Amino acid sequence: MFMRFIYKFSSPPYFYAISGKMLPWLTALFLVLLGYGLYGGLVTAPADYQQGDSFRIIYVHVPAAWMSMFIYVVMAISGGIGLIWRIKLAEIVSISSASVGASFTFLALVTGSLWGKPMWGTWWVWDARLTSELLLLFLYLGVIGLYSGIEDKRTASRAVAILALVGVVNIPIIHYSVEWWNTLHQGATVTKLDKPSIHIDMLIPLLFMAGAFKVYYLIALLLRSRNELLEREQNAKWIDELLEEVK
Amino acid sequence: MKTSSLLNAFGAVIKRDLLLAYRFRAELINPLAFFVMVITLFPLALGAEIALLKRIAPAIIWVAALLASLMSIENLFRADYDDGSLELMVMTPHPLSILVMAKVMGHWLTSSVPLLFIAPLMGMMLHMDADIIGVLMLTLLLGTPVLSLIGGIAVALTLGLRKGGALLAILVLPLYVPILIFASSAIDAAMTGFPVSGHLSMMCAILFLALTLTPLPTAAALKMSLS
Repeated sequence: MFMRFIYKFSSPPYFYAISGKMLPWLTALFLVLLGYGLYGGLVTAPADYQQGDSFRIIYVHVPAAWMSMFIYVVMAISGGIGLIWRIKLAEIVSISSASVGASFTFLALVTGSLWGKPMWGTWWVWDARLTSELLLLFLYLGVIGLYSGIEDKRTASRAVAILALVGVVNIPIIHYSVEWWNTLHQGATVTKLDKPSIHIDMLIPLLFMAGAFKVYYLIALLLRSRNELLEREQNAKWIDELLEEVK
Repeated sequence: MKTSSLLNAFGAVIKRDLLLAYRFRAELINPLAFFVMVITLFPLALGAEIALLKRIAPAIIWVAALLASLMSIENLFRADYDDGSLELMVMTPHPLSILVMAKVMGHWLTSSVPLLFIAPLMGMMLHMDADIIGVLMLTLLLGTPVLSLIGGIAVALTLGLRKGGALLAILVLPLYVPILIFASSAIDAAMTGFPVSGHLSMMCAILFLALTLTPLPTAAALKMSLS
């Protein structure tokens, strides 16, 4: 039953049709989540007793950082599925995730440094989290560069899948090595934001924003995948039929 | 038809690479010269203050070794790809990952082992203490094979590309980070008088992990590049 659904969903024409139907609903959901999250985060949440209003960047920064890691895992898993079962759609999902993930990583870095300036007094510290996020951005850039470097896109998807899987094995190693490296060199001099248990009024908008970011990723993923699908399948029959309908 | 055993094939690949390296001895010098020159640039840029050089010497030597390895790894499969012997290797009944391991080992023997001999000399020139040089050598001995093994994956992925050079660096350097960190923390510990065995064990662990895992994606990537 489940497998049959997977097979059906992963056939390009079916995916194209159903994703087209999903998009308006997802957009509506995204707007609701984003609207409430922003209103809650920027207006109703109380100001932080130490950081004042500048803590509010958390509502962009933290969800972006969460997404940057989540998307890498999605990319690697769908790449692996594409590699093993040769499912075309999985390959497309994998590569379409890459640039969205890179953007979220970049966003997390930028908002982080904007937040760091008033709080820590510096745009950048070689803190473990910052460094591993930066390395994650490099990994994304490698994936994107490799994909655009190989002309045949089927081959390129497989190359990217191998690279993403290698990266997934490596990310924990990189993460922990960076963490230990940091603690070895400097103790608690860098003010890593010690986590006061976050107030419930602050937490709820954060969760809404995280949900909004997830839905946004889904929307971007569907849009990019549909484009990629049209480009790769341009000679397929179902696209001709689609064009007939439009006419 | 008589087929050779896996061990024979492994040995034959290494032997062939060593023989090729011996026939083109001049090329062996290139990574070595690069290594020495990169290290020479640092005192020129930073000034010849002994205390400063002593402090940063291990970092300089490690980064130079890393770059030298990155430079020479590009040619790991290039010649075999161009003349078609790589395809023959894929067609042998032996698992490609084992042959890949032999190729990588051959590369390490011809490009990184010479660095190991010259690294202590460079350490002396940068005023490192003798016991620190010992630790540096150990980290290089454990770390450079990992660099070759990880680099092999990226080389195999970019094999079919015309301009793979810069892309190779982007793919490889983030993956080199852990080994660099463990090596430099081992040397740091030695400099401040702490025991280094923990860091060295960690590097050993990474070496064995890389030895067992990296040939698989490299072989998969090679097959993909050849298809």
